[in-house]
Amino acid sequence: MLDKEGIAKRIAKEIKDGYYVNLGIGIPTLVANYIPEGIDVVLQSENGLLGMGPFPFEGEEDADTINAGKQTITMLPGSAIFDSAMSFGMIRAKKVNLTILGAMEVSENGDIANWKIPGKMVKGMGGAMDLVASAENIIVAMQHVNKAGESKLLPKCSLPLTGVNCVKKIVTELGVFDVLPDGGFKLIERAPGVSVEEIKNATAGKLIIEGEIPEMVI
Amino acid sequence: MNKVVSSADKAIRDIEDGMTLMLGGFGLCGLPENCIAALVKKGVKGLTCISNNAGVDDFGIGLMLKKRQVKKMISSYVGENAEFERQLLSGELEVELIPQGTLATRCMAAGYGMPAIFTPAGIGTEVAEGKETRNFNGKDYLMEMAFNADFAIVKAWKGDTMGNLVYRSTARNFNPVMAMAGKITIAEVEELVEPGDLDPDHIHTPGIYVHRIFQGKNYEKRIEQRTVRKHI
Repeated sequence: MLDKEGIAKRIAKEIKDGYYVNLGIGIPTLVANYIPEGIDVVLQSENGLLGMGPFPFEGEEDADTINAGKQTITMLPGSAIFDSAMSFGMIRAKKVNLTILGAMEVSENGDIANWKIPGKMVKGMGGAMDLVASAENIIVAMQHVNKAGESKLLPKCSLPLTGVNCVKKIVTELGVFDVLPDGGFKLIERAPGVSVEEIKNATAGKLIIEGEIPEMVI
Repeated sequence: MNKVVSSADKAIRDIEDGMTLMLGGFGLCGLPENCIAALVKKGVKGLTCISNNAGVDDFGIGLMLKKRQVKKMISSYVGENAEFERQLLSGELEVELIPQGTLATRCMAAGYGMPAIFTPAGIGTEVAEGKETRNFNGKDYLMEMAFNADFAIVKAWKGDTMGNLVYRSTARNFNPVMAMAGKITIAEVEELVEPGDLDPDHIHTPGIYVHRIFQGKNYEKRIEQRTVRKHI
């Protein structure tokens, strides 16, 4: 089974040389720490930055330089700053190659819910709805089950949707899944030490298993 | 073309109860701190505020919420403010949550003189309820209207007396698009300079969009999430 860092490490393997990547808040943020050596990527932060670097050294924080999670960050050489309209312009125009975000629920047809729990949490969607509506390559990083032990990979989302038919791949602590265009979570890899049986038990939506499922290498 | 006013109080002098305001900033970054303080002092009420976030309990728009000056917030993300949540749950405050890109682009549309824009954001979700949709090249888009704000209040790094503005780092965020979108736009700047001091090639917001400008003072520039790494 993977921990959060493990999920981030596995997702980092999906990043290809030359990609512009948008990382959501939570586990996706950790992906930045595991980008493979020799791969040249530029991180987009939707508050208006391309070229996001690591956190600043203590004492070098700049209140004017933050990421979309409102954390103090640095800018790498070659960074560019722009306004919020242009930021979502480049997202809408599909210039960002890969979007990685968290979710509360994903359905077997690729719908995602991650912004609202009626009566409990109303924080808002931020940029998530814009990202999922336009990005062609969306990977969800999340826990396989919620705190109540219920599967988050569902036939149909129960929470208000963020977007429809958009998630392409999911990485959880149990495995890697492709969301098929015709519907269904296709098991691609098992997390270390996790059996197909365990994955079946934790998945409420349609699970597709073809042949031997390899254990992931990270 | 001198647009300088002497203080934040003068800049907001004719903002009245019930008006619609745009306030620049993302989180606590790039906030018009001086104008917010002046609005709190003036005590105008029943405001509709268009701003990406609602501040925190004791900073930013949170200060206006605390004094019950805000009737309605139009934002994309509001999760950092306990007083906000209390007013929302008790029904004292009306909130319209819209996607961040839609928020920015509805500002942009106003500044570009366009009545509406089409965006895929929100298709198939509750954001789309009651809105017109159009299909272009096989994909559905929502029609979203340009904002109509009485005042836009923005914060820039430098500005000249003609209202030309330059922003710094990610404190730019919503400020340029909101600056373009107000019937009256107020800019507060960290440093007010003379015409000619700013390189025309480096202006982010041309002064034609700005009606009043002043040099703010005592910027706190609070950090919402101080994240650092250790020296090795």
